[in-house]
Amino acid sequence: MILSVLAATPLVGALVVTLMPRTAAAARTVKVVALAASLVALALALYVTARFDVAAGGYQLTEQHEWIGPLGVHYALGVNGIGLTLVLLTTVLVPIVLLAAWADRLPAARSVNSYLAWMLVLEALAIGVFCATDAFLFYVLFEATLIPIYFLIGSYGGAGRTYAAVKFLIYNLVGGLLMLASIVGLYVVTARAGDPTYLLSDLSGLDVGTTTERLLFLGFMAAFAIKAPLFPFHTWLPDAAGTATPATSVLMVSIIDKVGTFGMLRWCLELFPGASEWASPVVIMLAVVSILYGALLAIGQDDVRRLVAFTSVSHFGFIILGIFTFTHTATAGSTLYMFNHGLSTAALFLVTGMMVARRGSASISDFGGVQKVAPVLSGILLLAGLSSLSLPGLAPFVSEFMVLAGTFTRSVPAAVLATLGIVLAALYILIMYQRTMTGPLQPEVEHLRDLDHREVAALAPAVVLIVGLGFFPQPLLDLVNPAVDEVVSHVGVGDPAPRTPADLDGISFSGSYAPMSELTDTEGGH
Amino acid sequence: MLDLVWLVVVVPLVSGLGLLVWGKEGDRVGHLVGTVASAVAFVIGLVAFVQLLGRPEDDRSVAGTLFTWISSGPFHVDMAYRFDPLSALFVLLVTGVGTLIHVYSIGYMAHDERRRRFFAYLNLFVAAMLTLVLADDYLVLFLGWEGVGLASYLLIGFWQHKPSAAAAAKKAFVLNRVGDVGMALAIMLMFAQLGTSSIQAVNATVAGQASESVATALGLLLLLGACGKSAQVPLQAWLLDAMEGPTPVSALIHAATMVTAGVYLVVRSNGIFDAAPVAQTAVVVVGLVTLLAGAGIGCTKDDIKKALAGSTMSQIGYMMLAAGLGPAGYAFAIFHLVTHGFFKANMFLGAGSVMHGMSDDVDMRHYGALRRAMPVTFATFGLGYLAIIGFPGFSGFFSKDRIIEAAFGESFWVGLAALLGAGVTAFYMTRLMVMTFTSPKRWLDDVHPHESPRVMTVPLVVLAALSVLGGVLVLGGWIEHWLEPVVGHTEHHELAVPAWGMSIIVTAVVAVGVALAWSTYTRSPIAGTAPADADVSVLTRAGRHELYGNAVNDTLVVRPTRHLTRVLVFLDARLVDGLVRGLADRLGDTSQFLRTPQTGYVRSYALSILVGSLVVVLALLAVTLA
Repeated sequence: MILSVLAATPLVGALVVTLMPRTAAAARTVKVVALAASLVALALALYVTARFDVAAGGYQLTEQHEWIGPLGVHYALGVNGIGLTLVLLTTVLVPIVLLAAWADRLPAARSVNSYLAWMLVLEALAIGVFCATDAFLFYVLFEATLIPIYFLIGSYGGAGRTYAAVKFLIYNLVGGLLMLASIVGLYVVTARAGDPTYLLSDLSGLDVGTTTERLLFLGFMAAFAIKAPLFPFHTWLPDAAGTATPATSVLMVSIIDKVGTFGMLRWCLELFPGASEWASPVVIMLAVVSILYGALLAIGQDDVRRLVAFTSVSHFGFIILGIFTFTHTATAGSTLYMFNHGLSTAALFLVTGMMVARRGSASISDFGGVQKVAPVLSGILLLAGLSSLSLPGLAPFVSEFMVLAGTFTRSVPAAVLATLGIVLAALYILIMYQRTMTGPLQPEVEHLRDLDHREVAALAPAVVLIVGLGFFPQPLLDLVNPAVDEVVSHVGVGDPAPRTPADLDGISFSGSYAPMSELTDTEGGH
Repeated sequence: MLDLVWLVVVVPLVSGLGLLVWGKEGDRVGHLVGTVASAVAFVIGLVAFVQLLGRPEDDRSVAGTLFTWISSGPFHVDMAYRFDPLSALFVLLVTGVGTLIHVYSIGYMAHDERRRRFFAYLNLFVAAMLTLVLADDYLVLFLGWEGVGLASYLLIGFWQHKPSAAAAAKKAFVLNRVGDVGMALAIMLMFAQLGTSSIQAVNATVAGQASESVATALGLLLLLGACGKSAQVPLQAWLLDAMEGPTPVSALIHAATMVTAGVYLVVRSNGIFDAAPVAQTAVVVVGLVTLLAGAGIGCTKDDIKKALAGSTMSQIGYMMLAAGLGPAGYAFAIFHLVTHGFFKANMFLGAGSVMHGMSDDVDMRHYGALRRAMPVTFATFGLGYLAIIGFPGFSGFFSKDRIIEAAFGESFWVGLAALLGAGVTAFYMTRLMVMTFTSPKRWLDDVHPHESPRVMTVPLVVLAALSVLGGVLVLGGWIEHWLEPVVGHTEHHELAVPAWGMSIIVTAVVAVGVALAWSTYTRSPIAGTAPADADVSVLTRAGRHELYGNAVNDTLVVRPTRHLTRVLVFLDARLVDGLVRGLADRLGDTSQFLRTPQTGYVRSYALSILVGSLVVVLALLAVTLA
């Protein structure tokens, strides 16, 4: 029940906001109400986390009601550690986004009410997607997320928003249709085997024959690869992020795109482990291409928003690489990466959005020397950038390194190529920082304001989490480890044992290294 | 105190972060807070060192775990530290020299409105460097490794309104990242092969059981990382540009401590390198090439800081060479690292003092006769000079001699190259002394050279004293003995010439270098402007252009990457996006669904829902009828 309540909270908020008067005078109250709704959702998500038994693993807080009997469709919710992590990400980011969007300038004749309402609707749908344990319900919610984003881009974006919104829609609809085919296929398969069902618990043990499994897998995978986005299905993202408001970009890239990678973990790997393994060489190759290709394209961008979008193509490459390596280390890394990328990209989209709003241009060459007049803005941009390039000590490093280390045990070439991405990441971030923030102050940005208190307050939670999780990622890892174990053992590939395991207890050695017995009494000194 | 030795990291870390978020009200005392934090770290380090000294030899290693950093399935990394004879020396060097440089910076940065931030960055650097040397796990070491890289980036680019400073900062970070690829891959290989990245476990296992190919791969990958951080060929090109940073930064980070981290890494990983002769040879070659290249650059630069930077490269080349010699060289690599930390920090701060008096001019052709105008700077710099060229009795005399001896023990040719390097060192350092201090004055009338304030000269005096006396560390073989628990027994090769004979030969070569430089630069007056490239020898031209390292990088990497990026941006819009759009257009031609973007988009969405529902219904029928 609690998950339904959690998902319904932003929906109620959206409803209230829609019904409130659409006058300029009421705008402030509208924003406060929306923010309050998102904070209640955050509080509920924390409550859910507190009730979640980390040690027990599996799906918890489940609820299940029959929905469409003849089709075997259920309204079924439940979270495991992976789903809960993404629910937390969603509920943490939405208040940040709402606060950051406080002063967004909307196109004429557009009310702030619907702008905020669509965001809250999107939050509700996202929570639903991450909690759904029925494939049909998942599909419906997955497709439903397109509607709020379509309107958020198409109605509230900048120049070229209609084109970008339609492109977004068409790409994702095509993916959705392919997934629909697989959804139908699941019905056919389960109906033939007895009772039709879409429940994850029933489907995950399904034996359907190699060809059918692969076809069904491809339907799901196509939708997720477009959503994530994986090269070569990524071209909708830069256009969408280039015109959307920063708030929309965050919701789209940090949260909704995660449904793609989350879907791969939950639906592709759990329902079609054999087909996932079959497809993994190609997926791994595309993931590595995404990492390098996205990074190279990010280097070449002049529009700072498109740059951030391409960095995400690169980061999603890492996440997908980790998922399709099927090792515990890499899978846990990918799950953590989803959370960390959400934070890091949110900070990057929001702070660059604040730059762009002040300057009235997103072109990197229209900036220069901003550090001098806006040190706080520049400092946060640098920190967000450093997290994007996975500097150790910041959250994304832990997840990226786990993905790489986990991949290395399975495929050395993939790991080596992916590691080259860290050099390219340094280039795309530092070149952008150099061109916008350093050098002589450009006359056009001479009077650029530094961040105000509201903006700092919006970014601060993200910054604190980015630094905090860089040093203390363990609470989140403890949350995801049991779920990752289940997924990895379900696929059945796992982590290869080290070839020459270092025995920490009684090792014989030559050379100058201190006796290993010393290693055993290292706690706290002597 | 030994159990609390990790506080040396925490104190400057907290201070640095605090100074960063402190508002304008912190400007008045920020520099003092930063300096005190560094001094406190030094005191903690000193007490811990003394306590370590008081322990029996086989018990001089204290390790502990602060908390579990990452633990997931087979992947486990502890935030583990180890205070042993090697890290103890580094803790003292970093906090000791670091504190002196903090003090000096109070004066040097007195007129900079962002001084508080400067001290924050210095504190963060100290914290990161101490993390690097105290880490007991390669991933934790990597944390410090990248932390010092970040501090270096921030401090090189501290005057970021200068485009050259911003570009230099970025270049340093990116070239270091290339090295980091090696480091990161090495750690991945450790996990794959050994299941851990604990420094102790990895080295013990590699030394004992792993195959030589694993050891070689690890050694070469770590060497790549070391080349980036320590500005060794082929990743050397960032160091000279890094001189854009404020001079105290050049002294602390780009001379005394951070750039020697690569040497530390090799010595710390002696279990790996001892098991990998191929990797050791690579280390020796890298060290030798850099030693000579850096010295060559040092001979030709007129910018006093760049001349010193070339010298730093070269001296680190010596250390690297020694580290590559294995047990015969580890202790001397560290010994030279420590003495170099003293005399090079001394000379860089001296150069800063000169610039301070010369209105920030760095061109030695505009100097001359500063001996009288700046007596304290001259005297302290002079002592540093005698130390680096290896004047008998000074610290550099002992440390460089040991390396050259060990090099001859390895092979005659390696020894000869190291010996030649000593002569070139004497040449370029004498050139620098003559041009700056003793030749006739060449400064303009509106420049008024003056001695720096006490807050700057006192650290100079202390460092000068250390430059002179640093050699005591080797008396009675103390440093070899001290480091023995970490690096093993120092092997001494029997040379054809006895040790004292070797010292005489080295001193003679040094004397030749000094004499050559003296005669070259005192015979005729030094021109106020450098002769054009066309008028100097090929070698000089090469040295001035830093042996064309930038040109090579440009041609091989930078420009191809730029072109590739442009081509990809073009192709992404035309080809990848175009293909998918073309496909959509084709579909639009043949059906109502997927109209071209300009028309009927909301309708198409409605249609798709309709089509979707139809598919479901049809499938239902199909199954029911079947």
